[in-house]
Amino acid sequence: MTSSKLFIDYFMQYVKTRLQYRSDFLVQMVTDIMFQAVNLVFILVVFSHTTQLSSWSREEVIFIYGYFLVPFSIFAAFFNLWEFNERYIIKGELDRVLTRPVHSLFQVMMETMTPESLSGAVTGLAVMGWAAWEMELDFYWYDPLFFILFILGGAAVYGGLYIMLTSISLFSDSKTDIQPIMYNIGNYGRYPIDIYNKVIQIVLTWLMPFAFVGFYPASFLLHDERWLTFAMFTPVMGLIWFSLGVLVWNLGIKNYRGAGS
Amino acid sequence: MLEKYMELMRLRFLMMLAYRVNYYSGIIIYSLNIGVYYFLWMAIYGDQSSINGTSSVQMATYVAVAWMSRAFYFNNLDREIAQEIRDGTVAVQLLRPYSYVLGKGFQGLGEGVFRLLLFSVPGMVIVSFIFPIQLPSDASTWGWFAISLLFGFIINTQINVLTGLMAFFILNNMGMIRAKRVIIDLLSGLVIPITFFPGWAKEILSYLPFQGISYVPSTILAKGVPLAEVITFLEVQLIWTVLLWVPIRLLWINARRRLVVQGG
Repeated sequence: MTSSKLFIDYFMQYVKTRLQYRSDFLVQMVTDIMFQAVNLVFILVVFSHTTQLSSWSREEVIFIYGYFLVPFSIFAAFFNLWEFNERYIIKGELDRVLTRPVHSLFQVMMETMTPESLSGAVTGLAVMGWAAWEMELDFYWYDPLFFILFILGGAAVYGGLYIMLTSISLFSDSKTDIQPIMYNIGNYGRYPIDIYNKVIQIVLTWLMPFAFVGFYPASFLLHDERWLTFAMFTPVMGLIWFSLGVLVWNLGIKNYRGAGS
Repeated sequence: MLEKYMELMRLRFLMMLAYRVNYYSGIIIYSLNIGVYYFLWMAIYGDQSSINGTSSVQMATYVAVAWMSRAFYFNNLDREIAQEIRDGTVAVQLLRPYSYVLGKGFQGLGEGVFRLLLFSVPGMVIVSFIFPIQLPSDASTWGWFAISLLFGFIINTQINVLTGLMAFFILNNMGMIRAKRVIIDLLSGLVIPITFFPGWAKEILSYLPFQGISYVPSTILAKGVPLAEVITFLEVQLIWTVLLWVPIRLLWINARRRLVVQGG
């Protein structure tokens, strides 16, 4: 297939540029780990003042966080669209992308990917493993299968939403700072959803479905059956949101006129 | 002298008015932030009416005040400076008849004032209707809060400038900028008031500048601190605003010497 060959070519290109700026690579790794540690610290500090977060134990909350890191790291590796507006719209690089016979979104994703972010998945698995071991969590044969489906679904939910937000730049050339703030909100999906009130639950399930990236699927892996339907819905949500993202992107590309520089 | 900077601030204020998408999205995102942290903390409180001498109402107030203050002190100067260093526009900026660093600071202030007036103030009114928070009624507390919030802005901006200037030394410092953002949110007391940290961490944090960004102003307003303590708080903030100038100066002098405009 052409796109997989292209992927390999882009990847090799990426490795070359990365080797050029070696210290950056190291800094990126260190900051990623710091990022993950900071969130763990929050959970640990919180549980030094309470034993339960509305019926959830410390290990369960940590497990959910560990799970969340896995789809999140896939998202962070391939949807690194932080500087899309500056680089592609204001500087006009999108014009170059659009003259080529491959889907524009694919090209942009490949040009901006940071595969080293996948290291977060390793951290996530370690955190999950530790929490599962502490809780003596049982495993069933089908857990790994669902796990894979869930993380793909979760990453797609995140990705779709992010593509949509990035697409705003295609409609209006004003710069937006929405994406970085999304990172904050994205975090809320990793706390048990029953601590929030109805409005926020609805927002996190339907409008900004971050609960599908963390809590719902993780609750399935914790063998809590209260959110079983939602958990099963994760891959579907991923498909829906990702398609929506691509749809909005395509509309935006049709609408795009260039910054006129 | 000051006029130039005031003009920079005014221009940034007007620019913010022009980019309204940010403004609307900001409102949604901040209300969601306050809502989520409010429920998170209420879940932590559970049946306890007070933790560490902070009542649940004070905690709710703290969450609201801390996030609304963040709207004022937060800015993206670090990204902006790094971007300008990387694409070389910093060279053009250096030709202009004002200090680059100070100019950036005032631009940040223009941004902050914009959000304070059009965002934090109306937001706070709405939030006080939705959540059971208690704001002080005496003018002097608000006055101390205002001073301390301004210091918070200065400290945060100084740290942002420092991080941004690092782009002179690490050519791609996006990761660092992102990590700084998370670390400041945690260590400044925005997501956890510093009194909630374990003793040893509290000890370390008392020697760091981050407390001055969010914890100090929010505590003054949300908890009603005695005057003597307010003065100590402000002293700490003042010391840090002075101290942080040193690395900025050093970095700046050093950086200009080794300025390499990539592909310029």
